[in-house]
Amino acid sequence: MVCAPFTYHRPSSLRQAIALLQRLGEEAKVLAGGQSLIPVMKMRLAQPQHLIDLGGIQGLSYIREARGAVRIGALTTHAEVEASDLLKRRLPVLAETASLIGDMQVRNRGTIGGSVAHADPAADYPATLLALDARFKVVGPEGTRTVPASQFFPGPFTAALKPGEVVTEVQVPLPPQGSGASYQKFANKASRFAVVGVCAFISLNARGTIRSARLGVTGAADHPFRATAAEEALQGARPEERVFQRASRLVTQGVECVADVHGSAEYRAWLCQVLARRALETALARARGG
Amino acid sequence: MVISKLVGARIKRKEDPRLITGGGTYTDDVRLPGMLYMAVLRSPHAHARIKRIDLGKALSHPGVVAALTGEEVKQVCDPIPALGPIEGMKLALRPPLAVGKVTHVGEGVVALVAESRYQARDALDLVEVEYEPLPANVDPERAMRRGAPVIHEHLKTNLAYSIKQSVGDVEGAFQRAAGTVKARLVEQRLIPLAMECRAVVAHYEPGPGTLTIWNTTQNPHVLRGFLASMLHLPENRIRVIAPDVGGGFGSKIDTYPEEALAALFSIRLGRPVKWAEERMENFQATIHGRGQLQEIEVAYDQDGGITALRVRIWADLGAYCQTFTHAIPTLTLTMLNGPYKIPNLAWELYGVYTNKTPTDAYRGAGRPEATYLLERALDLVAHRLGRDPTEVRRRNFIPKDAFPYKTAVGTVYDSGDYEGALDKVLRLANYTALRREQQERLQRGDRKLLGIGLSTFVEICGFAPNMPDNATVRVEPTGSVTVFTGTSPHGQGEETAFAQIVAEELGVPMEDITVVHGDTLTTPQGYGTLGSRTLPVGGTAVYQAAKTVKEKAVQLAAHLLKVTPDKVSYEGGRFFVEDIPDRKVSWKEVAEKAYSPPPELPADFEPGLLATVYFKPSNFTFPFGAHIAVVEVDRETGDVQVVNYFAVDDCGHRINPLLVEGQLHGGIAQGIAQDLYEEVVYDQNGQLLTNSLMNYAVPNPAMLPSYTLEASVTPTPVNPLGAKGVGELGTIGATPAVVNAVADALKPLGVDPAQVQMACTPERVWRLIQQAQRRRR
Ligand SMILES: Cc1cc2nc3c(=O)[nH]c(=O)nc-3n(C[C@H](O)[C@H](O)[C@H](O)COP(=O)(O)OP(=O)(O)OC[C@H]3O[C@@H](n4cnc5c(N)ncnc54)[C@H](O)[C@@H]3O)c2cc1C
Repeated sequence: MVCAPFTYHRPSSLRQAIALLQRLGEEAKVLAGGQSLIPVMKMRLAQPQHLIDLGGIQGLSYIREARGAVRIGALTTHAEVEASDLLKRRLPVLAETASLIGDMQVRNRGTIGGSVAHADPAADYPATLLALDARFKVVGPEGTRTVPASQFFPGPFTAALKPGEVVTEVQVPLPPQGSGASYQKFANKASRFAVVGVCAFISLNARGTIRSARLGVTGAADHPFRATAAEEALQGARPEERVFQRASRLVTQGVECVADVHGSAEYRAWLCQVLARRALETALARARGG
Repeated sequence: MVISKLVGARIKRKEDPRLITGGGTYTDDVRLPGMLYMAVLRSPHAHARIKRIDLGKALSHPGVVAALTGEEVKQVCDPIPALGPIEGMKLALRPPLAVGKVTHVGEGVVALVAESRYQARDALDLVEVEYEPLPANVDPERAMRRGAPVIHEHLKTNLAYSIKQSVGDVEGAFQRAAGTVKARLVEQRLIPLAMECRAVVAHYEPGPGTLTIWNTTQNPHVLRGFLASMLHLPENRIRVIAPDVGGGFGSKIDTYPEEALAALFSIRLGRPVKWAEERMENFQATIHGRGQLQEIEVAYDQDGGITALRVRIWADLGAYCQTFTHAIPTLTLTMLNGPYKIPNLAWELYGVYTNKTPTDAYRGAGRPEATYLLERALDLVAHRLGRDPTEVRRRNFIPKDAFPYKTAVGTVYDSGDYEGALDKVLRLANYTALRREQQERLQRGDRKLLGIGLSTFVEICGFAPNMPDNATVRVEPTGSVTVFTGTSPHGQGEETAFAQIVAEELGVPMEDITVVHGDTLTTPQGYGTLGSRTLPVGGTAVYQAAKTVKEKAVQLAAHLLKVTPDKVSYEGGRFFVEDIPDRKVSWKEVAEKAYSPPPELPADFEPGLLATVYFKPSNFTFPFGAHIAVVEVDRETGDVQVVNYFAVDDCGHRINPLLVEGQLHGGIAQGIAQDLYEEVVYDQNGQLLTNSLMNYAVPNPAMLPSYTLEASVTPTPVNPLGAKGVGELGTIGATPAVVNAVADALKPLGVDPAQVQMACTPERVWRLIQQAQRRRR
């Protein structure tokens, strides 16, 4: 498998990278871990004439806590997220999600920024970042802006990025006391991408009812989404089996599920329901400190 | 041959340090000065007429040296031969490049060579081909019906051959039967997926007029013969070398277009030419395995005795007959009796061309298809009668005192003890405890159902009485030993097994023995490594050659010691006169004297210490066994996990149990892969949907269980090693066990076991559960 010819650039600063992107326009692509881009180039589904490697830019790989959020640099690898003590303490579901991505080689090279920018409709991070209400810091020719996860994945393989923009940081707000989350993935047996993945986040109030709940879903549709109808059914409710079951049935409301060799639309819709219920049950147990 | 210190020992593979530290030399590692790189443009259509090919832009791309189309190749090269066509069959041989029309996705249309691999690949994008798409045949059953688009127009039909036969009184047995069951079973296509894709280097030297081919082949001599006839070159000007070969599983038995194309370019240009297959090419351009649709009907008596079996098989041959494409499905017929006494059988086999990649031998090759349909049938009968599957098997086994045994279909089995293997595996698995746990889970209403599946089976291997093989054992003047074999191992470990046999026989240390294989210049004509034949046929030749050499060495020693040969003993590398250990001569001295005979030797003593022996077995061998798979089925998602696997396998004497177990592990894994994961999917237009490792599921270790293995040992009488061959045994045994286990798990939910199909993917299993629940409501 041989890529079409391209020119390789390795800028040493973000500013240079963005300038290159601006100058080379459509013909250029940013390279992070290469775990999505290189395969499609080898299959010649993408033939960019220029690759701008972000790997030479210092300071884009970190995991730290500041101002009520955990901040993860775009070049942080899946393996680093998986192994992070900070995340295991503060946002274990994120480390859990990373641990379920592909295989070890993919996790050693693939980056969180690359994953969200690539916006593969079956990628894992989007489900969890949607459920955790994350924001993405994006830097481009016109400066810096922050985009909420709920607006970042408008379509298949499409992130809400403008020409010349680069994701630099993922920001995940720290959940309040009495919260729990769980990511349930049903992997396809070939690539290990999600046939369906559901992340449930539950926050309980003092009386033990659901203060807020969010469900992020990947794999089921042509882009990752928040299951808002299900979330509404959970809001303010008592966390019990009947409620979870009803909410789970609402996950695919208004959603057109996709079909491929790994599963029909009907099966995916069913998996959404099963995995949402399992994710809610585990999230609840964690919210209760179990 | 006796089992002793070396033979029967768990010796680690001699070849592994080389292979696992990157010290191997594979075909793609071969680099020659001035080498060109070949790339092949492949058809994106399953079935289309080629209207126009324009090479202009491609030829003017930097670095491109030459290109060939099918029409040009046809002038100088014949199609690839097929071995032993079935009488009266309609043979569609594969031309190296498509002529006039393309018949499957991935068929080669244009080949070109360039100075670098990259230039060659880039130039492919510049070749212009205009196609007129035609409707495609994807389903063999439909492809043989009237009105289906005919693939090879000169043959006028897609039906390559049909075989119809019966033995005994099948009709009568069905009429008298206590009951009958029917099922329609799918043997889905599989990708053989050797770790190393195919590759070839062709080097024609105009001076001497010799063609050297390095190739990822399982049988270099056969390739040499095929190339000689295709290219009209004398066989003795062609040398085929199979360097280290990274697996084949049958897919590298075939001669492929690229071998001939690289040779043609090299002959034309006088430069070496290399081609290395890409993984996605491998999915389309290397043969597929299996591909059968089976209809079975079983008649049984009230005790579960099978009185008759009717079988109808549609074999999906793909677009051409390659080396054994047509022959593989007939092996299913050869083994239709399995380990059972079934007296009345009727069978129909239709070999049908389709617009898909040709099928051919894939680990088990025709025999997993037979064990699968039989073992599913036995379980269906047990289910109908409400008996345990073990009972029905016991009722039908060929008894162990009946060997040699000629089955109703006419195959003569060498030796066996089928019930013994079953007893052993039941103990190994603690079968009654498993059944108890299964009930407990049901009572508790666990989310995960337990399923227990059985497979008792016999297979045919050690190919074959009409495929003798040979070995040369040559003692060098210093006493070290070189072994040459006509077999061509490609990962199995025969460098170790053969060295063990020779070390045992000649009393020479393992490290002083080198096994040479895979080079037609140095090894005598052989049939390569396939059909689990390397040890029973090739290994026997090695053993007999070593014995011959030993006899000569004893004779020579006797002369040197001035006694008659019967007085000479040999131990610890020394020949000595019986009872007088001091009168001795060492192995090394004997070896040296063999090549520089001292004057005291008789005048008629022929110098040298070597022997070449051909071994022609009197029959095939018939390894057998009993397997138990334990699965968990998630009743919500339909997901299946094999949680435990128990197997008792009998391949006769085990020269190296470690190698045997390695073969069994891999073999069982490939069976489980077909049961649960792997499946080639074409759409209605003949597009290959599972075209890469991103969508074709090959199990990784986490998707497989640990295996609990035990041996039973029933030597074969057909060779002096008593070894039956083991390369395919695991796959042949495993294929039915897991599916039977899945069906077993689903029974309490009301799923009809006959409806369970491979691959038992989560969605397929989930649908069965959903249907059963709907029926119950
Ligand atoms: C065998 C295999 C299995 C996999 N399994 C899974 C799985 O189970 N789950 C899963 O979620 N993923 C899976 N992946 C994909 C993997 O997670 C990729 O790492 C990830 O999708 C892309 O990250 P990357 O750093 O490798 O990006 P790259 O491949 O380098 O880039 C991907 C795309 O994003 C763009 N890009 C990269 N970084 C940025 C940035 N900072 N700003 C803007 N644009 C950017 C690139 O231009 C490119 O278009 C798998 C990949 C492979 C090869």
